[in-house]
Amino acid sequence: MEWLAMKQWSPYAVGVAIGLLNCAAVLLCDRPIGCSAAYARTSGMIEKLFRGAKVALKPYYRQFTPVVDGEWMLVLGIVLGAFLSATLSGQFAAVWVPDRWAQAFGASPVPRLITALVGGVFVGLGARWAGGCTSGHGISGTMQLAVSSWIAVMCFFAGGIATAMVIFKVFGT
Amino acid sequence: MLKSLHARRGVQLGIGLLIGIAFGFLMQKGGVTRYDVILGQLLLKDFTVVKIMLSAVITSMIGVHLLTSLGLAELHPKPGSLGGTAIGGLIFGVGFALLGYCPGTLAGAVGNGFLDALVGGLAGIVIGAGLFASLYPVLQRTVLHKADFGDVTLPRLLNVNPWVLVVPIAAGLVLLLVVIERAGL
Repeated sequence: MEWLAMKQWSPYAVGVAIGLLNCAAVLLCDRPIGCSAAYARTSGMIEKLFRGAKVALKPYYRQFTPVVDGEWMLVLGIVLGAFLSATLSGQFAAVWVPDRWAQAFGASPVPRLITALVGGVFVGLGARWAGGCTSGHGISGTMQLAVSSWIAVMCFFAGGIATAMVIFKVFGT
Repeated sequence: MLKSLHARRGVQLGIGLLIGIAFGFLMQKGGVTRYDVILGQLLLKDFTVVKIMLSAVITSMIGVHLLTSLGLAELHPKPGSLGGTAIGGLIFGVGFALLGYCPGTLAGAVGNGFLDALVGGLAGIVIGAGLFASLYPVLQRTVLHKADFGDVTLPRLLNVNPWVLVVPIAAGLVLLLVVIERAGL
């Protein structure tokens, strides 16, 4: 069982295993792996706490009911699985500022947290606008040869590469 | 198809959790629960993300088309349009670079102990998704269906048997991985 405690596996082994897991999801759940809709459901659940049941009548929440479903449990499972893997390999550690960020922009947590928050808003908005994220479109849609998903994944990386280059070259040290 | 299994809500919640645990475990072992690895990809210095994604796409493309050919599964391609998929995709891309995680890897980063993911990113994604839900009626009337092409797949677009495309695309993606590896990326 030593391999469970290894710090890193080959990216190809990880990718093939994720591919097989996706086949299991299609067979057992009648839908491939996706993650971003769970965040929309969560935002509906939180809004319901403040504004009551009428939130569920919003047109978007009629399509994505603010309840816990299999995909929501999948996202929760990701937290647990990553925690398990990190703990087994001794890599679990509370970190405010990742190394690559600290080298370019300094070790202060505040700029990092503000950027993560703003970036998160774009990610949540963009994922629902595009109808999926790096898993739902990027892996699960492209493997079905869906035209929408190949366009989506090209836009994810075009936007991501351009933005990363600009912020690291212009603002980084 | 396992239709009776698909209809059992409690079982589906359990299967979802188990698939998620395995997915999160694999992401952490692959290194993609780390900001450093994801930004390494977007800065084109570290190709771990592409290697994992392409291996997963190749494997599940062949596997899922086997399942559909055997009558054990159906495809669920997502609908799309330039106004929805392309504009949304570019907005996502900007956020992907600022945040350094996507919705799946963010959950993995939280499990790995990254507090920028938990405190900043998680709140941000939930706010962004809620913002979309509020803007949805307006966007629906204006931009979301601009240049709509529906849920078409490449085999249907070209009117060929899926395997006519699955085999060469899988081979092409394997070749791309070989090129990336040979280039030392």
